[in-house]
Amino acid sequence: MDPIFLARFQFAATTIFHFFFVPLSIGLVLMVAVMETLYVVKKNELYKKMAKFWGHLFLINFAVGVVTGIIQEFQFGMNWSEYSRFVGDVFGAPLAIEALLAFFMESTFIGLWIFGWDRLSKKLHLACIWLVSLGTILSAVWILTANSFMQVPVGYVMKNGRAEMNDFLALITNGQLLVEFPHVLTGAICTGAFFVAGVSAYNLLKKRNIVFYKKSIQLALIFGLIGSIGVALSGHTQAQYLVKTQPMKMAAAEGIWKDTADPAPWSAFALIDTKKQENKLELNIPYALSFLSYSKFEGSLKGMETLQKEYTAKYDSIVGEGTNYIPPVKTTYWSFRLMIGFGVAMILLPIIGLFLWKRGRLVGSTWFLKFLLPAITFPFLANTFGWMMTEIGRQPWSVFGLMTTADAVSPNVPAGMILFSTIMYLLVFTILLLVMVYLMIREIKKGPDVLHGVDDKLLTDSDPFKVGA
Amino acid sequence: MVLSELWFVLIAIVFIGFFFLEGFDFGVGMSTRLVAKNQTERSVMVNTIGPFWDANEVWLLTGGGAIFAAFPHWYATMFSGYYLPLLVVLLCLIARGVSFEFRRKVDNPRWTNIWDWAIFISSILSPFLLGVLFTSMLKGMPIQKDMNMQPGFTDFINIYSLWGGVTVTLLCFLHGLHFLTLKTSGEIRRRATLLAKRAALAVLGALAIFVVLSWMMTDIFEAHLVTELMLVGFIVLAYGLTYYFISKKREGLAFTMSGLGLALTVSAIFVGLFPRVMISSINKAFDLTVYNASSGDYSLKIMTIVAVTILPFVLGYTIWSYYIFRKRVTDKEHLTY
Ligand code: HDD
Ligand code: HEM
Ligand code: HEM
Repeated sequence: MDPIFLARFQFAATTIFHFFFVPLSIGLVLMVAVMETLYVVKKNELYKKMAKFWGHLFLINFAVGVVTGIIQEFQFGMNWSEYSRFVGDVFGAPLAIEALLAFFMESTFIGLWIFGWDRLSKKLHLACIWLVSLGTILSAVWILTANSFMQVPVGYVMKNGRAEMNDFLALITNGQLLVEFPHVLTGAICTGAFFVAGVSAYNLLKKRNIVFYKKSIQLALIFGLIGSIGVALSGHTQAQYLVKTQPMKMAAAEGIWKDTADPAPWSAFALIDTKKQENKLELNIPYALSFLSYSKFEGSLKGMETLQKEYTAKYDSIVGEGTNYIPPVKTTYWSFRLMIGFGVAMILLPIIGLFLWKRGRLVGSTWFLKFLLPAITFPFLANTFGWMMTEIGRQPWSVFGLMTTADAVSPNVPAGMILFSTIMYLLVFTILLLVMVYLMIREIKKGPDVLHGVDDKLLTDSDPFKVGA
Repeated sequence: MVLSELWFVLIAIVFIGFFFLEGFDFGVGMSTRLVAKNQTERSVMVNTIGPFWDANEVWLLTGGGAIFAAFPHWYATMFSGYYLPLLVVLLCLIARGVSFEFRRKVDNPRWTNIWDWAIFISSILSPFLLGVLFTSMLKGMPIQKDMNMQPGFTDFINIYSLWGGVTVTLLCFLHGLHFLTLKTSGEIRRRATLLAKRAALAVLGALAIFVVLSWMMTDIFEAHLVTELMLVGFIVLAYGLTYYFISKKREGLAFTMSGLGLALTVSAIFVGLFPRVMISSINKAFDLTVYNASSGDYSLKIMTIVAVTILPFVLGYTIWSYYIFRKRVTDKEHLTY
């Protein structure tokens, strides 16, 4: 088999797996920090129980997030050594800073938080969880700084055939980073929120610990609304940036072969034929693409045919004659649609939930609670599709305009080795996933154990229809 | 000193930090079978390193990141060349990481037992393989003109590197035993002390053989005769003192000395390498050195500023967390892990 294919497959599989856990960690720990803050401020034991229970689930997830991340850091050198030589000067710095600034903070304060309930004062203990949260967010900032450089290279010069850093400030104020980070962060907030909402809904349906889960679901709905509106708004700014920086990715994401009309319609559905380079059976929403791209109801977009010509003139001298600059169109197109579809659903659900809450009917609306169960998967899917669009849409580039993926792979590693390691990772991942899901379900079934000194009534008020939401 | 030399030193310091800290939790991991007699004792041991092991492991990630940033060629050559051993190290780190968290999440001795075996095995294999890796670097690897290597089995597995692996594992084991004598009480502490005395002697023996092998199989003594001899002297002194102190039940000092021993051993490896970062066994001209493998000055300058700003904070809160959890761990209290 082709080592390039295998290395790409391995990278995709392991990062996607890593990124199942990452956004849940970022989102959940932020919510736990808010819960513990409420406990310290309002002195209500219920919030302490919430922090502990959701904190437990967070920790199980965090452990898997950490170990899957370690693979990522090694992988650049193992499978992508030419890439590492080429951009290490620029790309290594954010990675090293991530470890130094974020990973140390996360791991030290998580230890203090887990083991410190009885050893630290309330306020110090609270500070620890906030520092963990800050650590996860900083980690995102720096890894995305690295990723942004691959999307939109800035702050470097070419020297001795390698990219060398010459402007650190430019690197960390990369326009791509400024639009990508808010999008990823708000996506993570959604992930935490829909997880808490779904688990709470499940228990409310089972009529367990009503008061506890009602408070949890209310908090989750608020987070969910903030997160989902945030992710849509930031996604919009990202799309506008994308049109300017990587027009080919945008054209592929929209399935545009020939330049569009002005104003451009947004395609909601199309059967794409990549051989003939045309679409059949299109379903278009007029004006919408112009709005998405330029925030006004006019303006056209370039198609892939035009862009292929433009890229050929610009980049063939760098990467060789006859390069195909068109990424896998169908994958890019459908990932984008699916992400946005889940995004819209994720805005609607919290709005409905908050409305029901206002009317005092939240806990009683079984149909709504039932909706929240499958909705746990929405942010996970949207995140995955988002990354697929971003990374697959960037192909054939590894670093846009500078290095192709085919040139980035390690020349000295035989395909069999990559295949072997991929199989090992997949094996381990399967085990990890099964164990984790098993443990999560167990913890969820156990529920928040009754703490000494907590009013049991707080947890078990039983008649959902009387409680008034 | 030019910046790339400074970064070589900084990376050495990060690896010293790594072996000093993660060294003892590897050692505690080994002790879960070699010292503990039952599951309760194992739980006590795991809880002694509970708050720390994750942060300790970050030293390795920082080392990797620093090599990537400061010496991209070193990172690329080493990681792609040592593919298989690194894969196993990765699997071990994964196993360790989740095992601590999972081992007592289900109230069932069989369940706990599975994860405990994972902790034990991965705690031996990780330092062993890292030892193999570092010592085979001293001996030289078949690096070609294009800076890449495709090592054969005997390039990383040979008498020298295997002995290097065994030695590093023993050093970590001893360090972990000392940590246990500091953090436990009663029966575990007594047994750890007893074993530590024997382990200290074994370490001295292993090191002696290792020095002889290094003399025969590497050029580090040719390259840095005086410095290496001094380091060897200090290492022997440190482990001699460790034996003395543990016999006298001065546990804190014994721990300090075994830590110092690890630090000096790592230093000896890095001094032996300098100014090379990877030695080519094919041709001296193909060596990767701090000069031809490094990043540009600008990026090193930025990294220096960042490291100098952040590192004090990291050290500060690390020390604080050890202070918070300074008490001995017993099975009388609630054990989190
Ligand atoms: C710091 C850099 C970086 C970051 C943060 C990410 N990626 Fe990426 N991605 C790469 C750097 C990269 C890469 C090493 O450069 C790859 C391999 C080949 C390539 O061109 O890009 C890549 C490829 C790649 C592919 C395969 C594309 C293809 O070969 O067709 C997928 C699906 C993803 N990534 C998904 C992700 C996910 C789920 C991420 C979330 C954690 C992620 N990427 C973050
Ligand atoms: C593909 C590039 C990536 C690499 C090389 C990488 C590297 C790592 C490493 C080494 C760890 C373990 C740290 C520890 O032991 O504490 C980790 C965990 C983590 N990473 Fe990644 N990572 C990548 C992608 C991402 C992205 C894109 C994000 C955020 C948007 C992210 C956020 C996190 C967070 C929050 C953790 C902590 C563990 C958790 O939350 O579950 N990572 N990563
Ligand atoms: C609702 C409308 C949404 C729009 C218009 C939108 C827009 C975009 C765009 C244009 C990109 C590609 C950026 C690039 O390649 O540079 C992107 C990437 C991404 N999206 Fe969305 N998105 C939406 C919803 C969501 C939701 C709901 C989630 C997850 C909860 C999500 C998660 C992601 C992720 C993880 C990425 C990859 C990282 C990045 O490039 O930022 N998106 N999104």
